[in-house]
Amino acid sequence: MKFSLSWLKEHLHTDADIHAVADCLNRIGLEVEGIENPADKLSAFRIAKVLSAAPHPQADKLQVLSVDAGGEPLQVVCGAPNARAGLLGVFGPAGAVVPANGMVLKVAAIRGVESNGMMCSIAELELGDDHDGIIELAADAPVGQAYADWAGLDDPVIDVSITPNRQDCMGVRGIARDLAAAGLGTLRPLSEVYRIDFAAPNEGGGPAPIVRTDDIAGCPAFFAQAVSGVRNGDAPEWMRSKLKAIGQKPISVLVDITNFVSIDLGRPLHVYDRAKLNGALVARKAIDGEDMVALNGKTYTLDSSMTVIADDSMVHDIGGIMGGEHSGVSETTSDVLIECAYFDPEHIARTGQKLALTSDARQRFERGVDPAFLEDGLAIATKLVLDHCGGTASAITRSGTAPVAPRDISYDTQYCQQLGGVDVTPEEQRNILERLGFSVSDNWYVTVPTWRRDVDGPADIVEEVVRIVGLDNVVSVPLPRADGVAKPTATPVQSLERKVRRTAAARGLNEAINWSFLPQKAADAFGGGAWSLANPISEDMKVMRPSLLPGLLSAAQRNMDRGASSVRLFEIGRRYFAAADGTSDERLTAGIVLAGDKSVRNWATGKATKFDAFDAKADAIALLKAAGVATDGLLVMDDAGAHYHPGQSATLRMGPKNILAAFGTLHPATAKAFDLDGSIVAAEIFLDAIPLKKATGFMRPAFTPPALQAVTRDFAFLVSQDTPANDLVRSIKGCDKDNIVAVRLFDRFAGQGVPDGQVSLAVEVTLQPTDKSYGDDDLKLISDKVIAAAAKLGAVLRG
Amino acid sequence: MDIATLQTELMAAIDSADTLDALEAVRISALGKQGSVSALLKTMGAMSPDERQAQGPIINGLRESVTTALAAKKAGLETAELNRRLANEYVDMTLPAPETPRGTVHPVSQVMDELAEIFADMGFAVAEGREIEDDWHNFTALNIPETHPARAMHDTFYFPDEMARDGSKMLLRTHTSPVQIRTMTSQEPPIRIIAPGRVYRSDSDATHTPMFHQIEGLVIDKGIHLGHLKWTLETFLKAYFEREDVVLRLRPSYFPFTEPSVEVDVGYSMVNGKRVIGGSEGWMEVLGSGMVHRKVIEACGLDPDIWQGFAFGTGVDRLAMLKYGMDDLRAFFDGDNRWLQHYGFDALDVPTLSGGVGA
Repeated sequence: MKFSLSWLKEHLHTDADIHAVADCLNRIGLEVEGIENPADKLSAFRIAKVLSAAPHPQADKLQVLSVDAGGEPLQVVCGAPNARAGLLGVFGPAGAVVPANGMVLKVAAIRGVESNGMMCSIAELELGDDHDGIIELAADAPVGQAYADWAGLDDPVIDVSITPNRQDCMGVRGIARDLAAAGLGTLRPLSEVYRIDFAAPNEGGGPAPIVRTDDIAGCPAFFAQAVSGVRNGDAPEWMRSKLKAIGQKPISVLVDITNFVSIDLGRPLHVYDRAKLNGALVARKAIDGEDMVALNGKTYTLDSSMTVIADDSMVHDIGGIMGGEHSGVSETTSDVLIECAYFDPEHIARTGQKLALTSDARQRFERGVDPAFLEDGLAIATKLVLDHCGGTASAITRSGTAPVAPRDISYDTQYCQQLGGVDVTPEEQRNILERLGFSVSDNWYVTVPTWRRDVDGPADIVEEVVRIVGLDNVVSVPLPRADGVAKPTATPVQSLERKVRRTAAARGLNEAINWSFLPQKAADAFGGGAWSLANPISEDMKVMRPSLLPGLLSAAQRNMDRGASSVRLFEIGRRYFAAADGTSDERLTAGIVLAGDKSVRNWATGKATKFDAFDAKADAIALLKAAGVATDGLLVMDDAGAHYHPGQSATLRMGPKNILAAFGTLHPATAKAFDLDGSIVAAEIFLDAIPLKKATGFMRPAFTPPALQAVTRDFAFLVSQDTPANDLVRSIKGCDKDNIVAVRLFDRFAGQGVPDGQVSLAVEVTLQPTDKSYGDDDLKLISDKVIAAAAKLGAVLRG
Repeated sequence: MDIATLQTELMAAIDSADTLDALEAVRISALGKQGSVSALLKTMGAMSPDERQAQGPIINGLRESVTTALAAKKAGLETAELNRRLANEYVDMTLPAPETPRGTVHPVSQVMDELAEIFADMGFAVAEGREIEDDWHNFTALNIPETHPARAMHDTFYFPDEMARDGSKMLLRTHTSPVQIRTMTSQEPPIRIIAPGRVYRSDSDATHTPMFHQIEGLVIDKGIHLGHLKWTLETFLKAYFEREDVVLRLRPSYFPFTEPSVEVDVGYSMVNGKRVIGGSEGWMEVLGSGMVHRKVIEACGLDPDIWQGFAFGTGVDRLAMLKYGMDDLRAFFDGDNRWLQHYGFDALDVPTLSGGVGA
């Protein structure tokens, strides 16, 4: 909502300058988004008189002027056809910046003739579109004076952000009322502002126009008055300049009047060309499929939930949102019908949302215009039309009534302290409320003014009082503090997430945050997404991710494109699935992608090394450990997913069903789909699948190191090459739990000395004696058990 | 040869031995079975007691001094030998050590940890909620009915109508405020929570991304008023920026779910052309807040005549930018290794109250 300071002062008696006004607006909740003074950029431009104009010796289209800008006459080269001796115009001296193009004027030779500045056009000064010639001022314009001052352009424009609850401030008058309540000045009576006697409206002569509302829900009140014999020319200069100052283009006086009243009073109107109407004008529900070409040139197809204004032939107005092109006024319009109606805010909002059509009128009606301002609003509109277009007014038709029932709120002045935290005397509260237009009874029933639809409870009254008193007067009060030291506030899952995150970072991984949404194709390649947006911002951000890997792979690819040789990324975030009851099932997951070089080439070991699946496995296990999982007992099984290399990937499971992690080399086809080459490895840790440990207190079990030293024995077995090494390790580990405390595989060899189709696996078995050291017999016994356990897998001890 | 001469000769031989092998040869020639000193020692057995008394100490003295000289020489030669070997083992210590990659924590995660730490001290627990919400929790329960202009202002991402549940459309939450509802409907007051997380709006330019992070705060208790809200926000922002000169400017505003509603600006100073929090040369909007609307408390099944409180919300990404100086929001979600290395935090930069929350 923009308005100029002078516009504000039409309604508000005040000596305050622009800064005082802006401060006050911010203080009372009308946020100032910007202040712009058009005079600032015109300060160098002066009123000047052309003393003489002579042809340019080198150019037919140029003239050499002698210009009086309040000092010695200056020589100026000018190309404007209307430049001539005696013309009064606007001169930009050397050093001035032309607003339209940012050019700095300089003393320069133009086709060999020195020019000391520029005579300016309207467009160059950004005062309008006219660039046919230089500005021509009235004969009484004072030569040498700053043009902006003389033209009244030294009038700052304030842009205020109006929150959706304050429809009353979508008009300059409402803002003036708020400022007056805050003590910045006094509000001038509306009758004085418009020089109109509301007690005696112009009821005109002749028959009232035939209008009515058949849709009481959507359009509870429809008032109208006709004016015949009007002339639709330009609006008066004061109106044009006010509209121009806030960036509104003047169109014609009738259109400008509706815009002006809408901005000045927050009261939207519509003016129809009666010559284009056929029969009675009726507010009714649209018929499904009915359409209308609106004033913006677009055709809108309507349905039966929408309120329209129509005559016998067609729809002329999407009620309260936008008028139709057919019955809009033009320069030939002579008879008009002025509509001043009340549209139901909910209806307007629904219709606007459905049609995706926004307008100044919609913004006001959907926030709720003052339902008590139809009569006076129409009187003002008619007066402006009569004053500036001539003609004669008809009688007024009033169909329906707007919802003006007074709303009373029972209020306890103590509530201001209880909720607002500021102590304001009842007298002061009463004063503030009355200045805002509320009326307060002796026993504190507060009647809400008709223009404050947002106020409907005691908390709103507190807000009114507090914002006018000023939030600066609210004193900070510490929240009561619980006794003792603060307790931990993170949930077990949050603590787990933090540990996993910092473990990953400690292992050299960089945390990325990727979009939660993916392209359809990427989601499909990772099992498909359960949730696809109806209105994605682009096709690349459509499906809620079923995996963290696509986002990480895209990030890896962007890094590779930027020349990175090694990428180690992780992310902790949610995957999105659908629960059986239709709600979302969001699962906390950590994803890891390693791409490029694991180590760069270096003087000690030579070549760079690439990541392999075991790097992903190591990270997965480390993160699971950080999450409190006893990783030694995990099963290593298949089915990591189709996006992995089928022979170089696995899952880590707690029991056969509960998959805690998947890892491996990425499938080359998946890598290719993401434009990645080389060996890419990845891991996914399903944090939601990790059973949370029960709290068992802080006490650790006692430290009881064994009295006797452990011994190790090495065994090498020949096994079929498709026997999983982990099966051998587990089998040996389980064969004598009293003695064997650890089994570690340290060698795997195929080739010379090992039969085809077999591998040699060597394990180091750690034995822990308990009460006495092992004798040869004991060791032989254990060794036999180990060999027998291996034999179950077809493994043969190497000789 | 008399003993003195022998001693002189042996000492000379020991002295001139320049390898351990040569020294060993001298030892054998003196103290070996056939050695000259050994031979002298053997003669003592045939001596008369008087002779032995006279010769014994001399011969033993000879053995003693030869043994000592041999040991000293051996030690010297061994040291020389070791030094020679060490000199051959020289390695250029200016060569680079093996590189270990540096991992990092994303600024958003770091700031969330900082906030959790600050609010834990004020007794706020961390709550979470779904990102895919229904419009009842995201809007209706927050006093934003279907036709409310604020709904249109939220640029909401919706899921197709057929995903709707009980007539409630499914959407991506536009703010963390639905966590207020989820908390109040599942937990008895008094309540003090913060709720950080991802939120979504259909908006994309230099300062808006379709996904970003917010943190919500909620206090529901008896006798909580605007003064408590003001104190909480002041305390939080001072702790977060670790500056005492943080100045807040509270402005009346409007949010459908709070009444009164308060927007909070924080003052900044210009330092080397950058805005730095502290002072009041200019103001930046950082927070929306207010006293929880009666209708919201009612919608959650609580009695607004007993329970009242406040709520606030702010952008986590924005807080990170204000504290650590990033100026492009889009880079937060690009996964650029260089950016992560530049703005990311070390694993052990864990925010603590004792060590300072900032890093």
